[in-house]
Amino acid sequence: MIKSIKTWILVGFASLLLVACGQGGGGAGSKKSKTLDNTKKAGFVKCGVSQGLPGFSNADEAGNWTGIDVDVCRAVAAAVLGDADKVKYTPLSAKERFTALTSGEIDVLARNTTWTLSRDADIGLTFVGVNFYDGQGFMVRKASGINSVNDFRDGISACTNTGTTTELNMRDFFNSKNIKYEPIAFEKADEVVQAYDAGRCDTYTTDKSGLAAQRTKLSNPDEHKVLPETISKEPLGPVVRQGDSVWEDIVRWSLNTMIEAEEYGVNSSNASSLKDSDNPAIKRLVGAEGELGAAFGLDNDWSLRIIEQVGNYGESYKKHIADTGILPNRGPNELWTKGGILYVPPAR
Amino acid sequence: MNLKNLKLNLSNKNKDLIPQILTVLFLILVVIYFTINAQSNMGNRGISFGFGFLSQESSFDITFSLIDYDGSHTYARAFLVGLLNTILVSAIGIFFATILGVTIGIARLSQNYLVAKSAEWYVEIFRNIPLILQIFFWYFAALRALPLTVDSINFYDISFLNVKGWYVPKFVWTNFSIFIYSIIFAFILIYFLSKYAQNQRDKFGKQIPTLYISILLIIGLPFLTFLIGGVSLSFEIPELTQLSKTVYVYRGGVSIIPELISLALALSMYTATFIAENVRAGILGVSKGQKEAAASIGLTKGQILKLVVMPQALRIIIPPTTNQYLNLTKNSSLAAAIAYPDIVLVFAGTALMQTGRAIEIISITMLTYLSLSLSISVFMNWYNKKMAIKEK
Repeated sequence: MIKSIKTWILVGFASLLLVACGQGGGGAGSKKSKTLDNTKKAGFVKCGVSQGLPGFSNADEAGNWTGIDVDVCRAVAAAVLGDADKVKYTPLSAKERFTALTSGEIDVLARNTTWTLSRDADIGLTFVGVNFYDGQGFMVRKASGINSVNDFRDGISACTNTGTTTELNMRDFFNSKNIKYEPIAFEKADEVVQAYDAGRCDTYTTDKSGLAAQRTKLSNPDEHKVLPETISKEPLGPVVRQGDSVWEDIVRWSLNTMIEAEEYGVNSSNASSLKDSDNPAIKRLVGAEGELGAAFGLDNDWSLRIIEQVGNYGESYKKHIADTGILPNRGPNELWTKGGILYVPPAR
Repeated sequence: MNLKNLKLNLSNKNKDLIPQILTVLFLILVVIYFTINAQSNMGNRGISFGFGFLSQESSFDITFSLIDYDGSHTYARAFLVGLLNTILVSAIGIFFATILGVTIGIARLSQNYLVAKSAEWYVEIFRNIPLILQIFFWYFAALRALPLTVDSINFYDISFLNVKGWYVPKFVWTNFSIFIYSIIFAFILIYFLSKYAQNQRDKFGKQIPTLYISILLIIGLPFLTFLIGGVSLSFEIPELTQLSKTVYVYRGGVSIIPELISLALALSMYTATFIAENVRAGILGVSKGQKEAAASIGLTKGQILKLVVMPQALRIIIPPTTNQYLNLTKNSSLAAAIAYPDIVLVFAGTALMQTGRAIEIISITMLTYLSLSLSISVFMNWYNKKMAIKEK
């Protein structure tokens, strides 16, 4: 009799254990994100940014980072941790950026990075969206008499950054035009600017937004101009590590929320007052309808916090890119409803 | 008795051996652990490992290459371009650092106060400023100071210096191989001549003016090929071409890019300070008695330097100078900062970025520097052995 009671107790414990394990396992299957857990534990989002590109990610004298890339990280921090300022920024060179991400030193890479097939598929990364549609262009001296890329002749020297897609585009472009050129590739953007300024090269080529931003660093910005042609597609966007789909979704939808908020006219000042709006799409954005946050283990106000603390995409663009004089005209980075190509899937 | 001793010895030896074997085993385990760790982590993150990318088309261009290269060649070829550029700048750097270093080192021992003091100041200034700053200084100072292409500094209408580089005439040879053979032949003759001269000196005490005959041979033989071998040489002089209203470029000739000039300059000026100190130490390390003894047996000043002081000084100079050569070679990797396309910029920079294969590329680059340094080391050790005292 005693024996059988013992057996029963044992069986009971065993089944309890099994149930517990089963629950743990079930949770892991649906909504467990190691990166999300680690971020919550650490209390900040680990964000990789550039070493200083005005408008995208640039630190002021006090070490405060601003820019539209920085705002992506701030949006993630607002969604996950409730405070957009809880971000730890790591400035990275073009060369270091992917290794820093795959090794776990950072969890989000928001560093004007071009989305390409080989980067997406080959080296353990996942691009989550596009926060700036850019294209590669050329800057020349106004006095040079070069008014279009058709004025380039054999022997022209072009300065650029190493470790970027610009080096490849430059070759494709000059090859297609059958022009012999001298490529001079520097590791850091500051040296490119100095060398171009000193006359080492006749033209400086990189993404047009970069050209506009770097032009301000030249000794006489007014003596230089950006040629009208765009020679490549450069969709720039945030990147995460492959293999954590929940984290990937959080970053993707943090960015999408900013763009969708602009589409529906929700901004940092009116967001909380729109809780009782008639439009269900707006209500979903400000967390007054649906259970969207639950889909990746967040509360329902995650998107409201993004809009309140960071603002919508239009606000971010105006503050960092337009008002700083880098690219006042939004061009392709306008909403699809206003003639641009910014179009995000609906948040529902 | 004997047997017992032997046993004891063996066990002693074993005792020494066991910790060594354990250490080696431990090291092997550590390496295996890290390899497996890296492999599993890369596997988890969906990163593949392999060297297949080396045969893919690189699709980026390089400013300056000693071999035929453009973006349609492979990554392996790009690696070779970078390696050759590293070797080139190191070789130029070592050459000038040695000349400058020896000159400064001797100047520091000069009786002339001004010469000795200037040499001392040179050493103290250039060895105490970080090399990267010196490289930036020479590069950007040179770029700022040099004129634009259209106002180039003109050397007798054959060579031009401007912000885009130094343009020199290109040699255009006919029957170049005959010319090279004549030089090789001259070297072989000189080798036998020196053997013969040594023989004569050892046997009969006769001095043959080897140096003058050698110079005559090395100039005379190639010169003869011009007269009777059908060798001829012409120059392709760089020509100024206008590309647009204010953009000019020199076409033809050979262009030495400013990146190479400033990097070689910075490397040799920096390393020369250390070599100068080695040279000074070497000369001071030979005791005065040696010189006095040599003088007392009637050797001339030149002979004392050549036969008594230098052989002993070199023994002190060579080992630390080897270190400086190695340092210079490794320091050349700072080239990346000023866009000189060395192996770090081209391979561990652009190629790494385009392929994303960090572990493979960094391992290859490290192995390359290791082999470069070891080759220099092997050569210098051989030279050192040659110069060392041979005890009889």
